[in-house]
Amino acid sequence: MRAGLLRAAALACVMSAFGGTAFAEGKIVISNWDGYMPPELLEAFTKETGIAAEMSVHATNEEIMGKVTAGGGQGYDVLFVSSPFAEALKKLDLIAELDPAKIPNLANLYPEARNLSYDPGNHFSVPYAWGTTGLCYRSDLVAAEPTSWMDMLKPADALKGKITMLKTDRWLMAAGLKALGYSVNSVDEAEVGKAKELLTEAKKSLLAYDDTTFYSKLVSGEASLVHAWDGWCNYGIAENAAIKFVVPKEGSDMWVDTMTVTKASENKDGAMAFINYVLRPDVHAWVANNILYKVPNQKAMETLDPALIAQYPNIGMSPADLMKQEQLRDLGDGQKLYTQTVTEITFQ
Amino acid sequence: MNLSRRTILLAPGLGYLALFLVLPCLIIFAYSLFERGTYGGIDYTLTAGNYLRAGSSLFARIFLDSVRIAGTATLVALLIGYPAAYAIAAAPRNRQMALLVLVMLPFWSNYLIRTYAWIVLLNNEGLINRGLESMGVIQEPLPLLYNEFAVVLGLVYNYVPFVILALYSSISRLGPELREASFDLGGSSWTTFRRVTLPLTVPGIAAGAVFVFVLSIGNFVTPDLLGGGQRPMLGNLIYSQYLSARDWPMGSALGFILVLIMLALLFGQAVFAHRAAGEVEARGVPAGAPR
Repeated sequence: MRAGLLRAAALACVMSAFGGTAFAEGKIVISNWDGYMPPELLEAFTKETGIAAEMSVHATNEEIMGKVTAGGGQGYDVLFVSSPFAEALKKLDLIAELDPAKIPNLANLYPEARNLSYDPGNHFSVPYAWGTTGLCYRSDLVAAEPTSWMDMLKPADALKGKITMLKTDRWLMAAGLKALGYSVNSVDEAEVGKAKELLTEAKKSLLAYDDTTFYSKLVSGEASLVHAWDGWCNYGIAENAAIKFVVPKEGSDMWVDTMTVTKASENKDGAMAFINYVLRPDVHAWVANNILYKVPNQKAMETLDPALIAQYPNIGMSPADLMKQEQLRDLGDGQKLYTQTVTEITFQ
Repeated sequence: MNLSRRTILLAPGLGYLALFLVLPCLIIFAYSLFERGTYGGIDYTLTAGNYLRAGSSLFARIFLDSVRIAGTATLVALLIGYPAAYAIAAAPRNRQMALLVLVMLPFWSNYLIRTYAWIVLLNNEGLINRGLESMGVIQEPLPLLYNEFAVVLGLVYNYVPFVILALYSSISRLGPELREASFDLGGSSWTTFRRVTLPLTVPGIAAGAVFVFVLSIGNFVTPDLLGGGQRPMLGNLIYSQYLSARDWPMGSALGFILVLIMLALLFGQAVFAHRAAGEVEARGVPAGAPR
């Protein structure tokens, strides 16, 4: 207690001595999903670079998108958003062109990650984590291992009331669209209409829509099969080894969570230094170990303990296999059709 | 007190209301008349489309569902709250304070934590189902969570203290004299309650009911967590329009409709309370009972 007090006092002295203007001007604000980064990462970054960094969290892409569009991005330097949102932010001219010379660690990324369809060459976004979406299930509670989206959307009687689905618009729609053989980026009204019909019917067999705690419903046995992002399924696997993940045979989406720098940032160099820091193999490997998601950093992935991949097989999915899934793109005006459709499905 | 002093004293309060209540409501109303932008935000093209969509069958059904759920919660909260408030008001004076503190005790912890605690209690592996199973009362877990029952339960649990407080202040103001008079004139306990206590506490009932109803119909946390999003209410719809659909104009239109409903209810309650107070005075009983 006493030592803590002393340390705090010492810290305050140090901060007032060195803090003040130099740090205040250079401070960068990062907005990421809560728990999507090792908690000590910012501290380690500041220690190494001398750039003060502050963490702000958002619960969803839509939330940070709302904040940034309303405020022009003021007050934020680095934003973590999924790729379609990065694309939209670029179209809105709210995020900055990156300077590759300031992010030399881009060279550590897989070649695939340097050439993603929404931003080939990483001009405005740098992939942080990537993966796909599929079915996460209790192999001890399902009669047969699921292989198709239809195992979730038109489930066997025993599974009814034991399923949760994601309700974030892009991923809810992707399940219905892929099940019917359409593109995850389809804005064709007839196709979206058919997917809506299927998803509305599927709602009757759901226990709940759940974007955040689905894995704990699997662990508790309330649900036997949940619609999940691969990395998030790992949080369930960590607690119960009977939990498995499968990408449905019809294929799925490929999502990328990216790091972007706001145009309003007053310390773009600091923001890019942060991105460069994350891309360092040891740091990015630390991230992967901490959040249990695949990271698109070849040098980092090569250092991962094989035991980790044995425990969480989806971390071992190769970039080539991942690229077989369909990359999510910004829908532009088509987004209105999606949000209205999703409102109509989920509130039906 | 002269006029200028009264103005000065009222100014901060009224200014606060104007700035943080009236103005935001007007902004919401203005937003509701425009179209949404592609990436959220507002596209300043006038439209009545949001209100037309709000009248569609889907939205109307959610509206009716919300009224039913909030109404049920209100009724149950009154049925639980009235006897409790009555008992507290009848308790010895020195114990009333302690009992009221107990009523308020849940507010010392966070709303979300209390709601999550219900999930722990109600889920299939939860305390209630596990307990009943181990006692052999049930074989299969009861469906206690992710349905309308859970939502109503959550709302009642959270808002019953408000009902108790509103009713307590109404009942304790009555004093024992009127009841004693009723007993002296040969009224039974039931008759006394039905013809004296109950009518005189109607303003308290109305105040408590409006409180629960208004808070319930706009609530979105409880339907989301305890209802599993399966029983979405108006609050969830507004929340989703703002935060997931990024359709601020639609959310604004729905929000403005909700504000109007609440205004109507509060106005009705005020008229009701005023009339009840007037009646009591007309009968020669002072509104604030004598001590």
